[in-house]
Amino acid sequence: MVQAISRIWRSIKQRYNLEGVHCEVCKESFFPKRTICPNCRRKGKLVDAKMPHTGKIYSYSLVYSAPAGFEYEVPYFVAIIELDNKVKIFSQVVDSEVDKVKIGAKVKAVFRRVQAGKEEDVIAYGYKFTVV
Amino acid sequence: MNVGIVSYGYYVPRLRVKTADIAVAWNKEKDVGEALGVKEKAVGAWDEDSCTFAVEAARMAVQCSGINSQEIGAIYVGSESKPYAVKPSATIVAEAISATPTLTAADLEFACKAGTAAMQMCMGMAESGMIKYGLAIGSDTAQAQPGDALEFTAGGGAAAVLIAKDSGGKANLIATLNDTYSFTTDTPDFWRRQHAEFPSHAGRFTGEPAYFKHVIGAVKGIFEKTGSTPKDYDYVVFHQPNGKFPTRVAKMLGFSDASVKQGLITPFIGNTYSGSSMIGLASVLDVAKPGQKILMCSYGSGSGSDAFTLTVEKGIEKPGKRPSESVLDYINRNKEYTSYVGYIRNRNKIKHLE
Repeated sequence: MVQAISRIWRSIKQRYNLEGVHCEVCKESFFPKRTICPNCRRKGKLVDAKMPHTGKIYSYSLVYSAPAGFEYEVPYFVAIIELDNKVKIFSQVVDSEVDKVKIGAKVKAVFRRVQAGKEEDVIAYGYKFTVV
Repeated sequence: MNVGIVSYGYYVPRLRVKTADIAVAWNKEKDVGEALGVKEKAVGAWDEDSCTFAVEAARMAVQCSGINSQEIGAIYVGSESKPYAVKPSATIVAEAISATPTLTAADLEFACKAGTAAMQMCMGMAESGMIKYGLAIGSDTAQAQPGDALEFTAGGGAAAVLIAKDSGGKANLIATLNDTYSFTTDTPDFWRRQHAEFPSHAGRFTGEPAYFKHVIGAVKGIFEKTGSTPKDYDYVVFHQPNGKFPTRVAKMLGFSDASVKQGLITPFIGNTYSGSSMIGLASVLDVAKPGQKILMCSYGSGSGSDAFTLTVEKGIEKPGKRPSESVLDYINRNKEYTSYVGYIRNRNKIKHLE
């Protein structure tokens, strides 16, 4: 299913540049963006912050039965990536040799199509990760 | 001119198709690809297009430059395989390198030379003071009709160069763009109309009256303009529609084989269209030493050639100014073979995937 254009547009900074937030009080970063620091609540001070584009695989799975819109991509890897600043994000892992996709493997962000839809649709671009 | 290259970046997709496999699929002689000087070609994965290539090349250039991307005043993406017919790739690139919103951006098309046209635009704007930094990108997922002769050479890739005025060494140039000269005529040797999926070409007509006439016209023009000869250049880079044309035109113009070799990338990844001569330039900049001279000449069907003369500057030796891996090392290391079917599936050439 293709996402609404407004949702694709709102996600651009997050999806292109891994933009999240950093709390200047507790020094913890969050991705995706939050409006209130879950640690400091109203005492927190959140500022926009780009997450590092490198990290390691925390956990992963190889998907054979894909949700609508991803049927032609199977089998593909999805993973929880622990970024260098300890923030964990969910992403596809592409362009990587099957036996190198392992827990602990070092990865970096790449820029890919996330969903292309049909000819008439807007293309959603964003981050995926590849084993380095 | 008083402008030059601050940094450069490149991108070549990981997947490769052997031209012998294309020959098998279409019952052609197995050595068709080798006769064209191309053993294998790089092709994008299912989630890649000329825009994602352009972003990767742009990010590498910005990273090597060390500048704040907010200082980039212009981004031009040259491509003939834009993912959108209407909607710029340049805005996507601008957002992906955090250069928005104070800049001008546009997509350019001139078959395989739109990237060098972008370089000329950035040179003019930087020299005039309209912008501080301009990013010129050539990127293509080279298109070819299944079964057509083009399919043996059409590869994918991109290169980006960041251009600025030389303000007394402050811009930290890695190479000066001394001069440029273009040679342009109306020559219908290769084209794709608005709703056609694949380009058409005029077979042998793409050689003498098209590629050779324009490349030779532009190179002889810049020789005359600058008062130089082939002996004045350490490296020469031409547009590379196949592995044979660049070496042949080099001989015709009086360049040695050795001066062509470093910038000749098509034999390993195919013709990357708008990226072709610019990836070749990137490969030369990977090894060139301060003081060395480079001549670069693109070719775009339709037709035209842009020639440039460059002098490598001391800035190129500074740590981090070159990408961490050379073009040749990268394309040799980062590759995975796919079958012909895998390739046409990824490139959406199987109709029901649309």
